[in-house]
Amino acid sequence: MRHLLTTKGLDSDTAITLLDVAEDMADVADREIRKLPTLRGKTVVNLFFEDSTRTRISFEAAAKRLSADVINFSAKGSSVSKGESLKDTAQTLAAIGADGVVIRHPASGAPQVLADSGWIDAGIINAGDGTHEHPTQALLDAFTIRRRLHGKASRGKDLDGVTVTIVGDILHSRVARSNVWLLAGLGADVTLVAPPTLVPADTSGWPARVEFDLDAAVDTQPDVVMMLRIQAERMHGSFFPNSREYSRRWGLDDARFARLGTDSIVMHPGPMNRGLEISSMAADSQQSTVREQVANGVSVRMAALYLLLSGDREGTK
Amino acid sequence: MTTAQRPPTPSLPTRDLPTHTVPTNYLIGGAALPDGTRADILLADGRIDEIGTGISAAGATRIDADGLVALPGLVDLHTHLREPGYEQSETVLTGSQAAARGGFTSVFAMANTSPVQDTAGVVEQVLALGEAAGYVTVQPIGAVTVGLKGQSLAELGAMAASRARVRVFSDDGFCVSDPLLMRRALEYVKAFGGVVAQHAQEPRLTEGAQMNEGALSGELGLAGWPAVAEESIIARDVLLAEHVGSRLHICHVSTAGSVDVIRWAKARGIDVTAEVTPHHLLLTEDLIAGYDARYKVNPPLRRREDTEALRAGLADGTIDIVATDHAPHPVEAKDCEWDAAANGMVGLESALSVVHASVVANGLLDWADVARVLSQTPARIGRIEGQGHSLAAGAPAELTLYDPAVNRVFGTDDLSGKGVNSPYLGVTLPGRVVSTFHRGYPTVLNGQLQDASLIADAGRESPRG
Ligand SMILES: [Zn+2]
Repeated sequence: MRHLLTTKGLDSDTAITLLDVAEDMADVADREIRKLPTLRGKTVVNLFFEDSTRTRISFEAAAKRLSADVINFSAKGSSVSKGESLKDTAQTLAAIGADGVVIRHPASGAPQVLADSGWIDAGIINAGDGTHEHPTQALLDAFTIRRRLHGKASRGKDLDGVTVTIVGDILHSRVARSNVWLLAGLGADVTLVAPPTLVPADTSGWPARVEFDLDAAVDTQPDVVMMLRIQAERMHGSFFPNSREYSRRWGLDDARFARLGTDSIVMHPGPMNRGLEISSMAADSQQSTVREQVANGVSVRMAALYLLLSGDREGTK
Repeated sequence: MTTAQRPPTPSLPTRDLPTHTVPTNYLIGGAALPDGTRADILLADGRIDEIGTGISAAGATRIDADGLVALPGLVDLHTHLREPGYEQSETVLTGSQAAARGGFTSVFAMANTSPVQDTAGVVEQVLALGEAAGYVTVQPIGAVTVGLKGQSLAELGAMAASRARVRVFSDDGFCVSDPLLMRRALEYVKAFGGVVAQHAQEPRLTEGAQMNEGALSGELGLAGWPAVAEESIIARDVLLAEHVGSRLHICHVSTAGSVDVIRWAKARGIDVTAEVTPHHLLLTEDLIAGYDARYKVNPPLRRREDTEALRAGLADGTIDIVATDHAPHPVEAKDCEWDAAANGMVGLESALSVVHASVVANGLLDWADVARVLSQTPARIGRIEGQGHSLAAGAPAELTLYDPAVNRVFGTDDLSGKGVNSPYLGVTLPGRVVSTFHRGYPTVLNGQLQDASLIADAGRESPRG
């Protein structure tokens, strides 16, 4: 694997390999010494053009557990008009000798531009680009689902027949996009539930059904319900009347949570708006994987860094 | 003709130029006219002196045009020359050179300069820069509103009455979205035979828009520019034009729905004309999948169905003309992430080849149609003199010789302006502009752009109008 830019186009064998490596990495986290020497001497740069402490520290922990040297580069607000361009930043990182670049950027496609540009030769991991993709989030979600379903017997398994309902702002969600491609690619049956204003104009090519009625979706007793965060700026764009109405129609409140099967899985990529898209009862329940998702995030990111940066990268093109 | 506003021109270099001035008599032998007949064309004193077979002229420079198509000099109703204000992107001189290279003898210079072309002084400055360059007739377009701000009318009458004789008014880049202001502009320009050229883009429906709204925008996570944002403004404006009995021109039509609306308006007798760009005839949105900012343009590249509707609309006359929307940008404006990149493509040098590839090669248009959509009709819409005439004795010597038989990989060597933001670099395109004659003298000869000082001299010494 040269770069990890999207889950679209990631074949299921590669995805399963990555999830299996993440299982190995998770085993390391259970050991007394949680560090592997694998990436000793390699430099990983966390290049964040957008604030996200959660994602950055997850990648930082992952890289450090693999003994890589980590540089955090916060370039928030950079663009051609204000401050340094992506190109100049990339060339600076190339000069430093970065082997891997983990990039978070508000512009969709920025990681791909970086990978295709020739400005830098490093392996690129997309840590969230605009409203496009967030592949490591989807991989950690798939990992979390697989572990809940199969426990220690997870290795080698796909998600064949698992029903997953993703609820919320699909239009602006990179988490939703990456999950649709990845989970469906692993065999899951994906349904999206959202207000019509927050569904992209044409999803006919997506391997997912689109519904507007959360109650109907809950009553199908899906194996997984994944709630997406509603961003504050959507409140003012006339996407829906107000947060009360959103919560009433599209929130996982106590009543809807109670109607889910007791072995259903409740997920949220965080940070949560408690009482808006998810109730505390749902978020803090045994069915919730919110804290596991954070822990699994480190394992999955270790796996991604390992597959991109260990050994002879040219040979794995 | 006053020369008071002309900036100092470089003095003629003394190195080994063959003559002090360009010869003005040319005998073009054996060209194919747009109607397919073969003819010799004698150019003398800035006019087509004679056209027919077996012409001989002592003293005229003979140019073999065997196998070449002779077209009336091309007229671009939509060019961004960037001067004054954005000379790092293009100047009137370099944009004129790009135009000549593409077979153009006249360009209409859009108003979004800095300062904006919203006063008589600025449009006269642009006119004078064009005259000094001498490659093409540079006809300034006037802004509709002061500073392109969409709030109050610019001095349309003063620009019309100026030496630049402005007849086309446009806030291009911005839509005149206020319906009352649009109504007033349409009405007001009737006083001097003007036309409002609308950049049809409903601003609220396109806030932050990055590409055509559809399946691909959803997948790529790029904010959508919906077709309805163009179509709804066109629908409104044709009805306004009907109501006040005015002439309306629609810039760079890009959607199938827009073609339908314009077809309906024309059937209703509304005085509307429309243009399509070469890139909207040839390129589709799927090129954006790799986020390569060279494909970022406004209006955005659309679907295959739109491209086909635009071609059909051009063929059946719903769309009147092809105009380039030549939009040069410095390299750094495209060498970046998609959202940060500037909109626009250079298009003058490639226009004729792209029209050839998209609508001539498949038989939708013949060369007479090309002469109509790239020369005669744009000149008529823009009410410009000395341009867009059929090739006939007595007409101004504005013409282009085009070799339709060659194929070439388009490259930066084919570009003569400052911008290299062409979507066609590395693409095989048919045909090649061989020579361009403007006011009787060659601006491009055998594919070679002629020397700037020579052209400036020729422009000064040849008769105008
Ligand atoms: Zn425009």
